[in-house]
Amino acid sequence: MGRPAGAALAAAFLVLGAGAVIAQSDPIATRMGLMKQNEENAIAVVRMMRGQAPFDAAKVDAAFAQWTDTAQKLPSLFPDNSKSGQKTRAAPKIWTSKVDFDEKAAAFGKVVADNRDKAKGSLDGLRAAVPAIGNACDACHKDYRLAKQ
Amino acid sequence: MLRRLLVLAIAALVIGVTAFWYLTTPEAISPSAVLVPPTHTPNLENGRTMFLIGGCSSCHATPKQDDATRLGGGLALPTAFGTFHVPNISSDAKDGLGGWNETQFITAMRHGVSPSGQHLYPAFPYTSYRMMRTEDLRDLFAYLKTLPAISGAAPDHALKFPFSIRRTVGLWKLLFLGDMQFKPDPAQSAQWNRGAYLVNAPGHCAECHSPRNLLGAIIASRRFTGGQSPTGQGGVPDITQGKLHDWKAEDFAEVLDSGMTPDSDRVGGAMVDVVANTRQLSSADREAMAVYLKSLGGAK
Repeated sequence: MGRPAGAALAAAFLVLGAGAVIAQSDPIATRMGLMKQNEENAIAVVRMMRGQAPFDAAKVDAAFAQWTDTAQKLPSLFPDNSKSGQKTRAAPKIWTSKVDFDEKAAAFGKVVADNRDKAKGSLDGLRAAVPAIGNACDACHKDYRLAKQ
Repeated sequence: MLRRLLVLAIAALVIGVTAFWYLTTPEAISPSAVLVPPTHTPNLENGRTMFLIGGCSSCHATPKQDDATRLGGGLALPTAFGTFHVPNISSDAKDGLGGWNETQFITAMRHGVSPSGQHLYPAFPYTSYRMMRTEDLRDLFAYLKTLPAISGAAPDHALKFPFSIRRTVGLWKLLFLGDMQFKPDPAQSAQWNRGAYLVNAPGHCAECHSPRNLLGAIIASRRFTGGQSPTGQGGVPDITQGKLHDWKAEDFAEVLDSGMTPDSDRVGGAMVDVVANTRQLSSADREAMAVYLKSLGGAK
C-alpha cells in the first residue's frame, strides 16, 4: 500500500470514527439522517418500478445495503436523552414500548434481507419485493412516528 | 314566600327536564324517508370504494392483526372526554351490524342514532358521513355485510361526566350538526366536485385536519388548518395552501398513493392507515381529491 492510499485509509477511519462519535452524542441527528437516506433510496427505487428511471441493480443493492444499516442501528438510536429536540417526530410511545419497537426494527431488517436478491435480480423482482418493505416501514411509522408539523 | 320559591324552583326544574328530554330525543327515521328509490341493486365495487375512502377499518378493525376487513372493534381512543371503545361493525348478527337493515344503517351514518334509538357519540364522524349520497351508503352497507362476521362486543365507553350521559349528545347535535347534503359547486369542474365529495363526505379528512372547540366541534373557519391526533399522540398538519403552497396537485395525489411527500419524506401516525386505503382507490379518485385539496385556501 502506497502512502497516498494509506493516508486515504487513515482519513476514512477518522471520518468513520467521527461519525460513530456523532452517533453517540447526537442520536436525533443520526436517526434523522438515516431516515432521510432511507426515503431517498425508496424514491429512487420507486422511480425504477414506475419506469421513470432505468432499472439499475447496483443502485437497488446500495438501497438495500443502506436499509440494512438502518435496521441494525435503529434500536440504539433512541436513548432516554433523545425524546425531544430538533423537531424530532419520534413518538413518546417508543420509550414505553421499546420491546415492540425493537421487534419492528428487526422485522424491517428481516424483510430487507429476505428480499434483497429478488429485488436486484430484475425489475419484476423489484416490483414484487418493494411493497413488503414499504409495509415494514409503515408498521413502525404508524405507531412510533408523529405527523410533521 | 319560601313556599312560592320552592314551587317556582320545582316548576323550573320540570320545565328544564322536559325541554332537555324533548330537545335531546334521538331522531327516528322512517324507511320511506330514506330508501329512495325503495329498491336498490348494490354495487359492491362502489361499496368497497366507500369502505376504503371512509377509512372504516382505521378505527373498527380488530387491533393487533393485519386484516382490514375484520371489523370486530375494540380499539380504545383516549380523548379529553374520556376513552371511547370502538364498536364491532362486522357482519356478526349479534355483536356487529349483521342484523341491521338499510334504514338503521343510514340513520346511524346520517343522524348518529343507533338501531336501539340511542345517540352515537360524534367520535364516529357522522358529521361528515351524513353528506354521503344515499346510493353510496347503501352500497357501503351491502359491502360491509360481505365481510367476515367477528363475535365479541367492545367494552362500554368510559367517559367523564356529563359526557357519559348520551342525551347530552342531543344538545351537541343541535349546536353543531351541519348540513346533511353535499352541495356540488356548479362553477367548478366535475373532477373538483368529485374530489370535494370524497374529501368532505366519506373521506372525513377535516375531522382530524381541523382544530376543534372546547366541546369538540370543528371550528368551521379553520377547517383543514391542522388539528390533534385522534390517538392522542402529537398533532395533525395543516393541509391548506396556507401551509402547503409549494405542493402541486400531483404531490397530493402522490401522498395518497405512496405516502411520499415532495420533501423526500413519508407520512406517519394515523395517516399511514389512511394511505393504506387511498392507495387502493382509482388513480382518477386520488387525482380528483388532489385537485380539490390544491384549491383549499389557508386560515381566515
